[in-house]
Amino acid sequence: MQGKHGEMNKTSKKNMKPRRIVLREEYCIGCRLCEVHCITQHSMSRNIIKAYRGTEPRPESGIYFEESGPVSFALQCRHCDDPPCLYSCLTGALYRDRKSGQVLYNKDKCVGCWMCIMSCPLGAIKPDFKNQRAGSKCDLCLEAEFPACVANCPNEAIILLDENGQRMLKNDD
Amino acid sequence: MTIEYLIIGNSTAGINAAEAIRETNNTGKVTIISDERIVNYSRPLISHYLGGKITEEKMIFRDREFYSDNRIELQTGRKAVSINPGRKTIVLSDNTKIKFDKLLIATGGEPIVPPIEGKISMPGIFTFTKYDDARQMLDYMKKNKVKQAVVLGAGLIGLKCTEGLLAQGITVSIVELADRVLANTFDRAASEILEKELMRNGCRVLKNDTIVRVEKSAGKFAGAVLKTGRKLKADMLVIAIGVVPRIGLAKGTQIKTSRGIIVNDRMQTSVRDIYAAGDVAQAADFLSGGKSVTAIWPVAARQGRVAGYNMAGKSTEYSGSFAMNSVELAGIPTISFGLTNPPESPEYEVLVRTEPENRFYRKIVLKNNRIVGFITLGRIERAGIFLGLIRERLNVSSYKNSLLSDSFGFLLLPSEYRKHLVTGNGIEV
Amino acid sequence: MAKAKRNSEFIIERDKEKCVKCQACVRVCANNVHSFDAGGDTVSSDPLLCVGCHFCEDICPTGALRISRNISDIKANANWSRETVRSITKQAETGGILLTGMGSDVHLKDYFRHIILNAAQVTNPSIDPLREPMELKTFIGSKPGKVEYGFNIAGGRKKYFLKTSLPPQLMLETPIMFSAMSFGSVSLNTLRSIAQAAAEYGTYWNTGEGGLPEELKPFANRAIVQVASGRFGVDIDYLESGAAVEIKIGQGAKPGIGGHLPGEKVSGQISRTRMIPEGTDALSPAPHHDIYSIEDLRQLIYALKEAVCYRKPVGVKIAAVHNVAAIVSGIVRAGADYVAIDGIRGGTGAAPTVIRDNVGIPIELAIAVVDQRLREEGIRHQASVIAAGGFRSSADVIKAIALGADAVYIGTAALVALGCHICQKCYTGKCNWGIATQDPYLTRRLNPEIGARRAFNLLRAWSVEIKEMLGGMGINAIESLRGNREQLRAVGLDEKEREILGIKHAGETW
Repeated sequence: MQGKHGEMNKTSKKNMKPRRIVLREEYCIGCRLCEVHCITQHSMSRNIIKAYRGTEPRPESGIYFEESGPVSFALQCRHCDDPPCLYSCLTGALYRDRKSGQVLYNKDKCVGCWMCIMSCPLGAIKPDFKNQRAGSKCDLCLEAEFPACVANCPNEAIILLDENGQRMLKNDD
Repeated sequence: MTIEYLIIGNSTAGINAAEAIRETNNTGKVTIISDERIVNYSRPLISHYLGGKITEEKMIFRDREFYSDNRIELQTGRKAVSINPGRKTIVLSDNTKIKFDKLLIATGGEPIVPPIEGKISMPGIFTFTKYDDARQMLDYMKKNKVKQAVVLGAGLIGLKCTEGLLAQGITVSIVELADRVLANTFDRAASEILEKELMRNGCRVLKNDTIVRVEKSAGKFAGAVLKTGRKLKADMLVIAIGVVPRIGLAKGTQIKTSRGIIVNDRMQTSVRDIYAAGDVAQAADFLSGGKSVTAIWPVAARQGRVAGYNMAGKSTEYSGSFAMNSVELAGIPTISFGLTNPPESPEYEVLVRTEPENRFYRKIVLKNNRIVGFITLGRIERAGIFLGLIRERLNVSSYKNSLLSDSFGFLLLPSEYRKHLVTGNGIEV
Repeated sequence: MAKAKRNSEFIIERDKEKCVKCQACVRVCANNVHSFDAGGDTVSSDPLLCVGCHFCEDICPTGALRISRNISDIKANANWSRETVRSITKQAETGGILLTGMGSDVHLKDYFRHIILNAAQVTNPSIDPLREPMELKTFIGSKPGKVEYGFNIAGGRKKYFLKTSLPPQLMLETPIMFSAMSFGSVSLNTLRSIAQAAAEYGTYWNTGEGGLPEELKPFANRAIVQVASGRFGVDIDYLESGAAVEIKIGQGAKPGIGGHLPGEKVSGQISRTRMIPEGTDALSPAPHHDIYSIEDLRQLIYALKEAVCYRKPVGVKIAAVHNVAAIVSGIVRAGADYVAIDGIRGGTGAAPTVIRDNVGIPIELAIAVVDQRLREEGIRHQASVIAAGGFRSSADVIKAIALGADAVYIGTAALVALGCHICQKCYTGKCNWGIATQDPYLTRRLNPEIGARRAFNLLRAWSVEIKEMLGGMGINAIESLRGNREQLRAVGLDEKEREILGIKHAGETW
């Protein structure tokens, strides 16, 4: 989940709301394809078969999946307007992208202090104990035209809202 | 007329204040004064630096471009010594004066140094709160081939310093006045788990004791004598028994202080146009309702931001702080919030789950069915959910029994709260 | 042998090169066909449990699955088919009635396929529906025999007004409505999708015999509320909230018998909607126990008309059986505003296979004889005729109208639009597509936002195609095609069939 390096220090405008992914739990069917496509999108080859079966390292998804009986849903970073994680980050590895308003993460800057994990009220950041750094956090697929989980949810349980809270469809950009 | 914003202190409170001012007012002049020379750095990381785990680069959380991009004038190596609220000026140690329209005091804290017999200007004795401390310790360790060290104080600073020393291959003896380590952060059970781990990593932990005299040899520190009479031989001593807010600048002014500089919900001090934020401030306490000093990085950041908004004219209320810590000690990640060690009283309900063989411990403290305290050792995933529950003051009675389970997550919370989080704007720190 | 191991109906092929073991198939199969063995890190499938719904095939992100019929199991012959052998085997094991879902799939002659349409050439120009207005608007209800006008003089000019009072009508933007599917046989999300599509397109849906669920009240003004033999959910609010009332005497899939929703499926919501206690079996008796003669039916029709103050059409739905023409004539004379006839291909959530496949007549023949009979008796205008029973395309619809129907009901086609793959296992309640089930694990699969969109698209697609075909015939209003048998010709039907259908053979001119 690499962000653009030089952007991290610039103050972002307060009233710029980022796009936001929203999950409607009443339509989640528990297939977990959101995770599959998140992993694929963030892999080197962007190809699902290569990402899962090839030799390249398989990334973690930026999604926490919860399931209890017939209720399930996927949770990812909400790119909050006023993110508690930004306040807690000791190194500035978590930063807000000036253009999109999204909360991004520079893996090389992270020292694994776990302050973000302590602060995120959604528990959306995954610790990567092996590499002593925050492991995975949704970046709204900045490098793709549309977030992979939204584009591939078979039941449209995951949708994308634009800056004004209106639903965006794949060909809207 | 351009408003002149002056900020004393270049750590997270000061920087967040500057960012908040710039967001709100693009035309004002923003100046930050720092008595350190480094561009800025993250204080909690000095132990990582000491231990050789990170470079100086990584400690910096805003680089030089930050100041130039945001037109913030940074003056390093300059120390403020007094404030004249009437004239609206501050005086620096080199006698220069700087005017201000709005002032923020974000001077942080300073270590408590007790009077110990024989201590005066003895090389090899350090405190551990600043980058310079770590830098000097590393130089000293190298020059004097330090092999053994004594750390006085088993609080967060003392133990993090210990981690750093251990990583450099130095054996450590920890001396603590209380009967357990981390007495201010954790409860007895958690302290015991961590103490055991520290001992397994080769530390000596001497409780119920303190240093009464230090001894010299060849012109530098060579050992300490404890209250119990015990003698410790060592090459270096680190004093880490606590930190107090640096309220010196308030002396001689009408700025009200107690332990720290007292501020209201807008981070204003008792003197007009003067604000305070961060480790130096005594601000609203979320749990007790009174005011307290909460010297924690995210709290300082948030206070700085609120102060900055208010200074720039955007009225913002501070909702209060509570203790929150994330610290990895002896290889065990830990996270704790709020009142971790409640008094014995029927109004507090305590839920505990402990698996000593897995070095796992989790405790939740409830008052009126609301979470007011939380400790987790060993497993920290999604601990932030509990921070959210504390902040929202949610009544957890309907799912109290699932709070400690492995699968605790949003599905066990009421769906209205879940939907609020999913579509809402998150929660303030 | 006492217990024969039945061969599976389906083969599940998993392309090992493509399978990434994401386990989506494992998670979504309602019949637990796929499973993951964590120890061996393998995904395996048990084809015996597979019902051929294809949900896993559709959801697999790499297209690694292929579900196909297992052809080589039983040596079939023309007289003893695979299905016959299987059915007998099953009955030998269970001793019970064989149940099935969806409409009859037997090889009865497909009359629609033997009927073709006209097109305008030279003598009568065709019309381009993109350039000229094309009217599909349809009115369902009793039409007056004659229309009287009067006029007033106002300001030196004649102002005309209608003297004849019109009986209540339903106005449809297209001659296609959604057929009756009860809440209980299908999920709430299914009905939500259909109701919304109907409301948005400007047509109607039918509650079926399950009552009107609370959540669908916003769409009640587009609902035809059914009064079936079990009278489930029927109270004055029910009658008043709908747009029309339909007395259900029978349905094409199971003429002559009643219905049965097992107690396990009568959960909270269903119990409230049907107004029966939770857990009790919902039994719809074969006859209405207060309708034993045509006079009784007339009484009920008028009782309902009184109840709605004559403000809504009251219709009757029957299955198309041998004497359907005479029956419909009687129903019209009994005062029905419309009659719905449901042919042998009509769908169902559960019916005995023998009844579904052997009772009832094809709808094409039924429409023709009903329309003809009513015209001969001079009462065709007194009631609209709605045809139902397995319409698969806009061509089927337009032919039905040309044979004499005012409008059609679609059921199966609507469900296929929502995802149904006609696996015919509706009666198990394990519909993987979230349609014929109440299981919350499965009903969430049908997102009503998507469902409504798809059902709406179906209506639109067929309506546009009908306009194209009408334009091709040089007709610009569906009214002009209604009962216009001259626009149809038959191919490969014998003289008797053509006589019954009332259409000439292809090649014959006026």
